[in-house]
Amino acid sequence: MTDAISLKGPQTPTKIAVVPPTDLRRPRSLWSDAWRAYRRHNLAMLGTSVLVLFILAVTVGPLLRPIDPSAVGNFANAFKPPSVEHPFGTDPLGRDLLAMALYGGRISIAVGLAAMLVAIFLGTVVGSIAGFFGGRLDNFLVWITDLFLALPTLPVLLLVIYLFRDALRGALGINAGIFLLTVLVIGSLNWMPVARLVRASFLSLKQKEFVEAARSVGAHTPSLMFKHILPNALSPIIVAATLSVGAAILLESTLSFLGVGFPPDMPTWGRLLYDARDYIELFPHLALFPGALISITVLSINFMGDGLRDALDPRRTQM
Amino acid sequence: MTQYLIRRILIALPTILVMSFILYMILALAPGDPLSQFAANPSVPAEVRENIKKSLGLDQPAHIRYIFWLGNAVRGNLGYSFATRAPVMNLISQRLPTTLWVVGTAYLLAILFALPIGIIAAVKKYSLFDQVSTTFAFIGFSVPTFFTGTLFIIIFSVKLGWFPFIYDSTLKVTNLQTFMQLAKQSIMPIAVLALFQMATLARFTRASMLDNLPLDYVRTARAKGLEDWKVITVHVLRNSLIPVVTLIALGLPAVFTGAIVTEQIFRVPGIGDLLINSIFNSDTPVVMGIVFIAAILVVTFNLIVDVVYGFLDPRIKYD
Repeated sequence: MTDAISLKGPQTPTKIAVVPPTDLRRPRSLWSDAWRAYRRHNLAMLGTSVLVLFILAVTVGPLLRPIDPSAVGNFANAFKPPSVEHPFGTDPLGRDLLAMALYGGRISIAVGLAAMLVAIFLGTVVGSIAGFFGGRLDNFLVWITDLFLALPTLPVLLLVIYLFRDALRGALGINAGIFLLTVLVIGSLNWMPVARLVRASFLSLKQKEFVEAARSVGAHTPSLMFKHILPNALSPIIVAATLSVGAAILLESTLSFLGVGFPPDMPTWGRLLYDARDYIELFPHLALFPGALISITVLSINFMGDGLRDALDPRRTQM
Repeated sequence: MTQYLIRRILIALPTILVMSFILYMILALAPGDPLSQFAANPSVPAEVRENIKKSLGLDQPAHIRYIFWLGNAVRGNLGYSFATRAPVMNLISQRLPTTLWVVGTAYLLAILFALPIGIIAAVKKYSLFDQVSTTFAFIGFSVPTFFTGTLFIIIFSVKLGWFPFIYDSTLKVTNLQTFMQLAKQSIMPIAVLALFQMATLARFTRASMLDNLPLDYVRTARAKGLEDWKVITVHVLRNSLIPVVTLIALGLPAVFTGAIVTEQIFRVPGIGDLLINSIFNSDTPVVMGIVFIAAILVVTFNLIVDVVYGFLDPRIKYD
């Protein structure tokens, strides 16, 4: 009896526990904090809006404004400057440049995204294995990474695509072959920065107590690597992934511009610019629109990457 | 230190070997045929083609050819061009001066402008200068060089008529007038390359300065009463420039490979132009020679950077 009373103790402190947290409905997580910080980055938000708009345009646009095959050969309608009917003007064959750019943008953006996935996958696998296991394996993988970094990217890219283009085309069909080749080669020449970032994160994270705790309750190696450590190493990967989409789009358009990319019936933005090269003196609009589209897309992606870097940086100033 | 250097060279040598082997095999096993130009020629019958093949040593298996190639390469002979029969070394040394002039000048200008811009942008963070230079930097490395080049041609050659847009390689500089001509025809390619490099470098310098500015030693320097500019130039700059110097040194090998895209747009007959033409002609010895030298330069400059790092940053100890 007396014990029960004494346990209750003095009455006053219990009141403090009753005070509710300031905002119970919206708990703040790391991701919502990052989103909050990202939204304040004006240029990143601008980049996001532009990119979303472009992606929408290239997915829906070609349905609304298909390339008209019957326009080909109507030379009275060729080389028209921009007008209401043809906002981007027409190309040397009389086709509507806007329709070409919408369709080509699909391929340009798809190549960028797919090559990013290849690069992130390779980089994450190599980086996490190197960082987690260490020792001889680490030395070997770091050596491989350095070896790839020492390769001059553009020449090797040109070389491999030029040499293997015809073989893959024969095996997979013209367009699928060149798409797969471009994506794989760009991806496999872009994974090294990701591998370095992931390795560095793994090296520091595997020493942390939570990894030891997971290990002590019996987590096996793959689960330790990909369930416990990898989610904590996600921030730099996300930033690198964003920036590598832009880099891949640039590389693809460079290849197309040099004439080793997609064939003329796959009018990627780089290809349109390549086709415009011979006419820039008289018809600069042929080059201006595709060039501007590439530049604006890459610029938007780079702004997004910058915003993400700031937002996901643990050292960012608290708000 | 000596021990470290020896160990690094022992790692670098197999790297170069493996890389040259991979490149050689890509070139040798690729489906492209260096004699395909004769295949369509009716005056070259099949047996003559076989003889040409034999005279070029192409009847041997690839690994035997690689060993011969390597043996010659070590003695400074990179083989003979299939297309012109000239020694690869001669072809490269013919093109080198043009590339060094155009790409080298651009690199130098980029460094000279980028460093002050990056430093001022970091010191006056979020000022108007910072915002303007940051925006320009983002545009600088987002807009592909082939589009800047095309824009420059449209504006300065076609509309204004200030500069010629084809580089005259036969021009000999003998007096002031021809030098002015050389300067005039080099301005656009140099500007295109310099703008791109400048953007990357300025951004990097700013980031490196910002990493150092909030550190304790800067506060100490201010606390002991040093003037602002002295704190910046003597204390912060010396520490911030270490990674910048690394980036500059690692970019130097690219001066050799030339600027494939820019040389292509302005028809500058440099190494990049030689490389891309050789790729399109399946002139394997020339491609192999250029990429091999580029790879050696990358590995060497990596080594130099790591060694120089020790002198610049006394915190790094070699063991």
